[in-house]
Amino acid sequence: MSGDGGGRGNNGGKGGGGGNGVLRRVLRNPLGLVSAVVLALIVLAVLFAPLLSPQGPNVASLRDSFGGPTGGHPLGFDSAGRDMVARLLYGGRNTLGGALLALVVALVIGVPSGLLAGYRGGRFDAAASWVVNLVMALPAMVVLLASRAILGPTVWVLMVVLGVLISPSFFRLVRGVVAGVRGELYVDAARVAGLSDARIVARHVLIVVRAPIIIQTALVAGIAIGLQAGLEFLGVGSGSTPTWGAMLNEAFGNIQRAPTMIVWPGLALGLTSASLVLLASALRDALEDRGAPAARRKARRGGSGLVSSELASPELVSPGLVSSEPAPSESVLSESAPSEPAPSGPVSGEVGERAELLSVRGLRVAYDLADGTVKEVVHGVDIDVRAGEIVGLVGESGSGKTQTAFSVLGILPEGGRVAGGSVTVAGTEIVGLDERAHRALRGTVVAYVPQEPMSNLDPSFTIGTQLTEPMRYKLKISRAEARKRALDLLRQVEITDPERVFASYPHQISGGMAQRVLIAGAMSCDPDLLIADEPTTALDVLVQAEVLGLLRRLQRERGMGVLLVTHNLGVVADVCDRVAVMHDGRIVETGTAEQILHAPEEPYTRRLLGAVLDRAPARGAWKGETA
Amino acid sequence: MLSFVARRVAAGVVLLFVISLLSYLLLSIPDLDVGRQLLGSNAPQATVDAKNAELGLDRPVFVQYADWLAHAVRGDFGTSWFTGENVVQALSTRLPVTVSLMLGVTGVTAVLSLLLGVWAGVRRGVADRVVQVLGVLGYALPGFLVTLIIVVVFAVKLRWFPAIGYTDIAESVPGWLSTITLPVASLSVAGVAGVSQQVRGAVIDVLRRDYVRTLRARGLPPSRVLFRHVLRNAAAPALTVLGMQFVGLLGGAVLVEQIFGLPGIGSMTVTYTTRGDIPVIMALVSVTVVGVIAVNLLVDVLIGWLDPKARTA
Repeated sequence: MSGDGGGRGNNGGKGGGGGNGVLRRVLRNPLGLVSAVVLALIVLAVLFAPLLSPQGPNVASLRDSFGGPTGGHPLGFDSAGRDMVARLLYGGRNTLGGALLALVVALVIGVPSGLLAGYRGGRFDAAASWVVNLVMALPAMVVLLASRAILGPTVWVLMVVLGVLISPSFFRLVRGVVAGVRGELYVDAARVAGLSDARIVARHVLIVVRAPIIIQTALVAGIAIGLQAGLEFLGVGSGSTPTWGAMLNEAFGNIQRAPTMIVWPGLALGLTSASLVLLASALRDALEDRGAPAARRKARRGGSGLVSSELASPELVSPGLVSSEPAPSESVLSESAPSEPAPSGPVSGEVGERAELLSVRGLRVAYDLADGTVKEVVHGVDIDVRAGEIVGLVGESGSGKTQTAFSVLGILPEGGRVAGGSVTVAGTEIVGLDERAHRALRGTVVAYVPQEPMSNLDPSFTIGTQLTEPMRYKLKISRAEARKRALDLLRQVEITDPERVFASYPHQISGGMAQRVLIAGAMSCDPDLLIADEPTTALDVLVQAEVLGLLRRLQRERGMGVLLVTHNLGVVADVCDRVAVMHDGRIVETGTAEQILHAPEEPYTRRLLGAVLDRAPARGAWKGETA
Repeated sequence: MLSFVARRVAAGVVLLFVISLLSYLLLSIPDLDVGRQLLGSNAPQATVDAKNAELGLDRPVFVQYADWLAHAVRGDFGTSWFTGENVVQALSTRLPVTVSLMLGVTGVTAVLSLLLGVWAGVRRGVADRVVQVLGVLGYALPGFLVTLIIVVVFAVKLRWFPAIGYTDIAESVPGWLSTITLPVASLSVAGVAGVSQQVRGAVIDVLRRDYVRTLRARGLPPSRVLFRHVLRNAAAPALTVLGMQFVGLLGGAVLVEQIFGLPGIGSMTVTYTTRGDIPVIMALVSVTVVGVIAVNLLVDVLIGWLDPKARTA
């Protein structure tokens, strides 16, 4: 019913504690405060019903039926002459109590079974999931009505049945979150450290499930109250017990005679239910903000490990949704002098004459953060790429190199923008250029090869469709012609069975193959300039060498200019003509590949080189093959 | 794909069997003494026993169930114990009412949710705020309370639509529209609130994917990326929720039919179930479970058609 499974489950996992902070945050949220206060008032009023109500809920005097408000009876009387205030307060006891019972039953069944199924998996999981699917396929109303026929018209028994029927929502939630956590490294670590399952569940797993369960409980409480009142409205409950649903039923039956009677139980029910749902959403905000304080909407381009750090696969470091790139925190330090475009020292040697293919001058990139502040991540970058040359843009992750590349392409993520400077692509100034004109350049003049091959292909379309679609749109060619070109491109990127790959879906091909497809896609509209963002980082070492060789070959054949973004100095040594070293949003040194690799001037560049030299022998082996 | 459908149908048949067996057993637990209920407290015990024997209630439960199953698979659901009506006939006049209600709600929900969800997901900002507030409101109010509010406002106060009753579509199309509009609107509120949130979330999620950026970098216009690539990838989660919503509708239909006096299977459920009329209840259970299974299967087939990975899995 809630439709919101775990999903964002494991944030703030290890934090623990913090209950007070959450409460404070909920109460600081106006909606959270209002709903908590309303809910507290309702609960208190209902608890103290005997003190607050003028008479018992079933005291009736026919003389007063449909009577309007009087001194001691502020809401008047119902059709049987019973006091409305008393009915409301006592009815609230039964309505809320019934919902609470259903909720407890659902929690008692759903949470432990979900924990066990999620943590253990295997046969219990399969069996439990089957039962849950069965319960969810049951028509709840029929079951509830039938159980009334079977078990008799007591509200409480019906509520137990209702609890069973809604327990799957807890089971599924808990199972999903726990199954997600089970594979986490810290749980593995605890297991390796020899903690018993019970302790691991208690110490590490429960903490993660706690927040989603609290949110779900508030939501389900609202649903349970609604369902319960609905049942009572149908007249399923016992007649004499006052409940809000029964009051609504009675009022609806007399809607023509006393139209205002429906207002009070309706208001009570609506307020309670709405407060619960609003409280749930305030709780969600409070619980989920924890642990991901700032910078969550920053560009999440897969950063990469530290420069050539020994982490073989960059996936370990970056590409999760909430990446924690070190970039923002570092650049905060340099924020004191944000806009100064690094005037002195080792900027590019050719400040005066600008290259005709790509020329970047004083580029600044900034992000508008959620709290209204602006964070600059690129502080005045100069780069030139001429036709027929490969320029490496090197730096550690978070140095702003990908942001620079995205600016040239005009594909900065949400919130990011070019804050200053000039970028010309084949003579066209693109800073301030309108989106349509910029789009016209993409594909045909400047093209893009991304980092992660698999995540950059649309999983729903075949390779062929994805290759031909831009060609048909940009070059206005027929389907058949586009197909011919696409197959030809696949051959050019050294794919042996182009027909098969053309008809395949992305999940059916390997990562190396996917990267070739992406290179073919970038080439498809004959661009003059290629922006390749870490094109080999996500690949196996052997495949890396092949793809680099391929890029080099295509670049020579076509006379393209290439801006190659990389953190890997080995790649630079292999294919780049010139290199720009980037650090903290600035270019610290530029020069030919020879100069940078053999006679670096800047201490930062020397540090980069130092980090890579340890691995030099490993690289030498495949370098020979490609050259 | 065919074997996938076949497997799912087989699983559905098993599910149907299990649920019908469980229902029959549960319904037979209490000693309702149907013969006594029918004949009244003054009837002599011998007559009551004869009545129970006539209905087959003197046999063991499993024999009763087997007998029911043997007839049910041939489409014979027997006659109501209390009214003597043929169950299949009773159902066949009422089913179209409920089905047209559900189809109307699902259609309205799908279209409105898609529009609102995409609008919020793409535009963000104010549009997003509006859709989220609508979502919380729709979620926060119990469905039948929404229905009551709609009845009171549009039927009782404004008198735009009849508060109660049903006109068959074959009889008069405008009449049918005027009687079905409020029920459909009532049930759609919660559906739109829930599904539009899912569409919004899915659209935002897909818009952040790497391949969307790459498609933009290829020079494709945003509208093309949105309608061809984003919507297609966002459709699967949205469809799943729409399917779940449909199952929930079955319960909501009971209340709405009762409130609007629609002669569908929802209102039938209330009257017959509370009396313990096993032949009718069993038929209702079977029909609803078949409906749930069919909808889930349809959703899975649609998702398989949209998502190549699900197709091969």
